[in-house]
Amino acid sequence: MKNILECQSISASYDGRGVIKGLSFAVKEGDYVCIVGENGSGKSTLVKCLLGIKSPDSGKIIMGEGLRQKDIGYLPQHTDLAKGFPATVEEVVLSGCLGRRGLRPFYNSAEKETARKAIERLGISDLARRSCRELSGGQQQRMLLARAMCAAKKLLLLDEPVTGLDPGASADMYELIGELNKKDGMTIIMVSHDVVKSMEYASRILCLCSTDHSFYGTPQEYAGSHLASKFIGG
Amino acid sequence: MFDDLRIMFTPEFFGAILLPALIGGIAVTICSSLLGVTLVLKKYSMIGDGLSHIGYGALSVAAVMNLAPLKVALPVVVIAAFILLRLSGSSKLSGDSAIALFSTTALAVGILVSSKAGLTNDVSHYMFGSILAMSKGDVILSVVLSAVVILTFIFLYGRIFSVTFDENFARATGVNADVYNMVFAVLTAVTVVLGMMMMGALLVSSLIVIPTLTAMRVCRSFKGVVLTAGTVSVVSFIVGMFMSLLMNTAPGASIVIVNVFFFLCFSAVGAIRSRTGRP
Repeated sequence: MKNILECQSISASYDGRGVIKGLSFAVKEGDYVCIVGENGSGKSTLVKCLLGIKSPDSGKIIMGEGLRQKDIGYLPQHTDLAKGFPATVEEVVLSGCLGRRGLRPFYNSAEKETARKAIERLGISDLARRSCRELSGGQQQRMLLARAMCAAKKLLLLDEPVTGLDPGASADMYELIGELNKKDGMTIIMVSHDVVKSMEYASRILCLCSTDHSFYGTPQEYAGSHLASKFIGG
Repeated sequence: MFDDLRIMFTPEFFGAILLPALIGGIAVTICSSLLGVTLVLKKYSMIGDGLSHIGYGALSVAAVMNLAPLKVALPVVVIAAFILLRLSGSSKLSGDSAIALFSTTALAVGILVSSKAGLTNDVSHYMFGSILAMSKGDVILSVVLSAVVILTFIFLYGRIFSVTFDENFARATGVNADVYNMVFAVLTAVTVVLGMMMMGALLVSSLIVIPTLTAMRVCRSFKGVVLTAGTVSVVSFIVGMFMSLLMNTAPGASIVIVNVFFFLCFSAVGAIRSRTGRP
């Protein structure tokens, strides 16, 4: 399988403090990578670098053939942004096509079709014309995932997709992401707090253990290392 | 009352005073309501209020120093808008306290300077506005500004939506959100200064905030909110303007009251809708 994204010894800082040092890893097409690590370990900074919102202090991020950083479908960390915001599900999902639209001022019918398909794929067609402030937490995440699908060519980057969801909705979300990986052939990079769930679904684990120490390998290898013990309790 | 109406439409009054005020006022209300949608939804409502006080300070200083008011106030308010937007994003001084600090300081400077110089006339205009005294230059600037704002909203609508809804996601899709924030800061600053000369420093932020809140009571989509806010704002302005002329009330305050009236009506409609279970 070809590489879809590769980090070559990148270092990055947050608020003037170095949080990532010499991190290297490669994500192959079809991988399901979970990024774990404690708060402040640089997960969010890494996400910003991968998206191209922030440039690393040193090192290189190499995208796979024909892929640009803005072709990554991004699901941001849960915030209350949709709370009280007047926008229909359709409008929000369509805004995912902004990257591929380029400088053209209006969306064309192909982009509207992409948005419609993403809404259908995530099973929220009946909500398309509803306002996002009327949706439950799980429905909002589905809407934002549909938006990410519109932006994604092959790669989805999900930042703690189940935070704030009740257990049922969160299980549904894991199921759905797993399906997108297996059936739709999406490569997934997911930041997660839930190490146990990550080990169950992921094909690779990236652990940002400390500033200059990281682990990258299969869940089996991760479980065998001493690093996992403190997260999964032995 | 009918005599008043007849006087209103004489060529002397209508052509020379009322028509420019109407044109300028409609232009400014369109700008303030459209920009207001993003400001309110990004939780920057108080920026309009803060900027108007800063504008008041700048205009008073300009009046005392015998400088052209707009030439002083515009750059000062534009710079203040940049600083306030920047501060809102930083954690050291939270946005609302920064605005309170800046606006009261500017207000104090304005009052201090004008009271020392014994100037009251111009300065009270800026406090309460004087829409019928809009100069030809003010009207032209208002119309140009509204054209810029409307074209920005038409051609950059998708980006404006994305930056307003979720700035991080917008950045990830390659939108330079900082540029949009800066464009908005400049447009808001110019709108506030023009609106302030019309409505007064104390009331101009109502033009930014109330139409959006009104539209949000009823509309479900962003597009609906933008269009409704613009329409409600213009209608409120025209109704408030004629109300003030017929009843001889202060124009700025009349316009605000009409805006509040629409807000209450829309709130009632929204409440009835949600009670009857309509989504």
